[in-house]
Amino acid sequence: MLRYALRRFLSLTLSLVAASLVVFAIIEVIPGDPAAFMLGLNAAPEAVAALRAELGLDQGLVARYLDWASGMLRGDFGVSYTYRTPVAEIVADRLWVSVPLAIYALSLSTLIAIPVGILAAASRGRAPDLAVIGLTQLGIAVPNFWFAMLLVIVFAIGLGWFSAGGFPGWQDGLLPGLKALTLPAIALALPQASILARVMRSALIDTLGEDFVRTARAKGLSQGQALRRHALRNALIPVLTIIGLQFSFLLAGAIIIENVFFLPGLGRLVFQAIAQRDLIVVESVVMLLVFAVILVTFLVDLAYAAVDPRLRRRG
Amino acid sequence: MRALILGGALAAVFVAAALLSLVWTPGDVAAVDIGNRLKPPGWPHLLGTDHLGRDMVAMTMAGARVSIAVALVAVGIGMGLGVPLGLAAAAARGGWLDEAIMRGNDLVFAFPSLVIAILITAVFGPSAVNAIIAIGIFNIPVFARVTRGAALSLWTREFIKAARVAGKERMRISVEHILPNVANLLIVQGTIQFSLGILAEAGLSYVGLGAQPPTPSWGRMLAEAQTMFAFAPHLALVPGLSIVLTVLGLNLMGDGLRDYLDPRLRRVRA
Repeated sequence: MLRYALRRFLSLTLSLVAASLVVFAIIEVIPGDPAAFMLGLNAAPEAVAALRAELGLDQGLVARYLDWASGMLRGDFGVSYTYRTPVAEIVADRLWVSVPLAIYALSLSTLIAIPVGILAAASRGRAPDLAVIGLTQLGIAVPNFWFAMLLVIVFAIGLGWFSAGGFPGWQDGLLPGLKALTLPAIALALPQASILARVMRSALIDTLGEDFVRTARAKGLSQGQALRRHALRNALIPVLTIIGLQFSFLLAGAIIIENVFFLPGLGRLVFQAIAQRDLIVVESVVMLLVFAVILVTFLVDLAYAAVDPRLRRRG
Repeated sequence: MRALILGGALAAVFVAAALLSLVWTPGDVAAVDIGNRLKPPGWPHLLGTDHLGRDMVAMTMAGARVSIAVALVAVGIGMGLGVPLGLAAAAARGGWLDEAIMRGNDLVFAFPSLVIAILITAVFGPSAVNAIIAIGIFNIPVFARVTRGAALSLWTREFIKAARVAGKERMRISVEHILPNVANLLIVQGTIQFSLGILAEAGLSYVGLGAQPPTPSWGRMLAEAQTMFAFAPHLALVPGLSIVLTVLGLNLMGDGLRDYLDPRLRRVRA
C-alpha cells in the first residue's frame, strides 16, 4: 500500500508541475506584454514600465516561472494588481464562502442521492424506480444556474423564506451564513444528486445479482437484509469514487452559481479579476482549482486502493 | 427504442428550429421595438417579447443556432483529435506513446471546461469561438479514453490478429478494422458530449465568457433575464426550458442509441 501511495504521490507531483507549466504558459506568455495588457490600451509607457518591473517581467522566463511556482508553494501568490493586497489573503477570504458552499452542496447531494438510489434499486422496474429514472434524467438536463433562478423566484421572491442573494459572513454565527448558502447549495446539488442516484442504483442492481448475495438469500436472509448487510457495502465503492470526484466539480461549478446569488466566493473573484485584467488573481485561482481537482483524484485513488487491494497491484 | 424516438424527436425540433432560423425567424432578432417590450406570451408574439421588444420565438430559434453550433463544433474538435489519439495509444499499448497520451489526458482532465474557458478568456477575451475551443479541449480526453478503452479489447480479438499475421501495419489496422468497430460507441459518446456541450455553452454565455452581444444564445438570454425575471418570468422560462428539452432529448437519444446499437447493454443497464 505504501509503495502504491508513493507512486501515486509522485504522479500527483508531476501532474501539478505540468499543470502549473500550462497555466504559466497561457497567462504569462500571452501575445504581447502582460503589463500593457493589464493596463489597457491608453496606458502611459512609464506606467507600463513600472508595472513590468513590479511584476518581475524584466527577468527571464525560467526565472519568472521558478519565482512564481516557489512562491505558490510557500503560500505567496503575489500581490493583486487591482486590490493592492496579497492574493493569498483575498483568496483565503473567498475560500470561506466557496468551500462551505461546495461541502454543503455535496452533503445535500449525498443525503438525497443514496436513499433515492437504494429505493430505486430495491423497487426495480416498479413505480418508484421509474419515477427515480425519470426525475434523475430531468435533473441531469437542468442547467444548475437556471434552476437557481427558479429557486429564487419561488423561495426568495414568492415565499420570502430566503434572501435572493448576498452573504452576511460567518461573524454573526453559523445559521445566517448557512441560510444564505441554502438555495445556492440546492441548485448545485440537484444535477450531482441525479448523477449520484443513478450510480447508486446501477451499482446496487449489479451487486444484487452477484453470487454472494444469492448465497445470503439462500441462507434465509430476506431481500432487505441481504441488501443492507451485503449488497449495500459493496455497491458503495463506485458511489464513494463519484462523491470524491464531485467535490472538485462542485468547487468549479460554484463559480457560476456564486454569480447568480452574488456570493463573494472564488467565482465572483475570478470574474471580477478577468474584467479588471488582474491576471495574477486569475492565475492563482485557476491553479488552486486545478490543484483541488488533482488532489481529490489522488485521495480517491488512495481510498479506492485501501478498499480494493487488487488496484494496488495494478498501480 | 421508445427513448431513441422520443429523444430524437425532441432534439430534432430544436435542431430544425436552428436550421430554419438561418433563413426565417418570426421577427428580426436585431431590430429593437421598445413599444413592444416585455409583452407576455400571446398573439402575435407566441412566447412574448424581451426587454428590447424582440420576439422570443425568434430569439429562441436564433439562440438555438448558436448553442447547437458551439456544442456541435466542440464535439467535432473532441472527436477529431481525441479519436486518433485514442487509436494511437491503443496501437502502442504499454509503450511510451500510450503513456504520454494517457498522462496528457489526465492533465487536461484536471482543467474543468469552465477553468479552460476562464484561462482563454482572461487572455484572448470572451467570444463564442473561445467557448468552442474551451469545450472542445475538454472533449479531447473524453474521446481519447473511450476510443482507447474500446480499441484495447479489440486488439486481442481473432480478426485483428489475422490482420496482423497478414502483415498489415498497426496504423492501417487501427483505421481499417478498429475504427469501424468503435464507431457505434463514439456515436453514443458524441451524443452525450453534445448535450454536455449545450449545458457548458449555456453556462459560459451566462457568465459572459461565451457568445457576446448582439449574438443571441440561450445562456445569454438567461443572463439578460436575470434582473427582470421577477416581473417577466417568461424571459427565463423560455430559454431555460429550451435547454432542458434539448439536453433531455439528446440524453434520451444517447441512451436509446446505446441500447439499439448494442443489445448486450440492455441487460446491464435495465
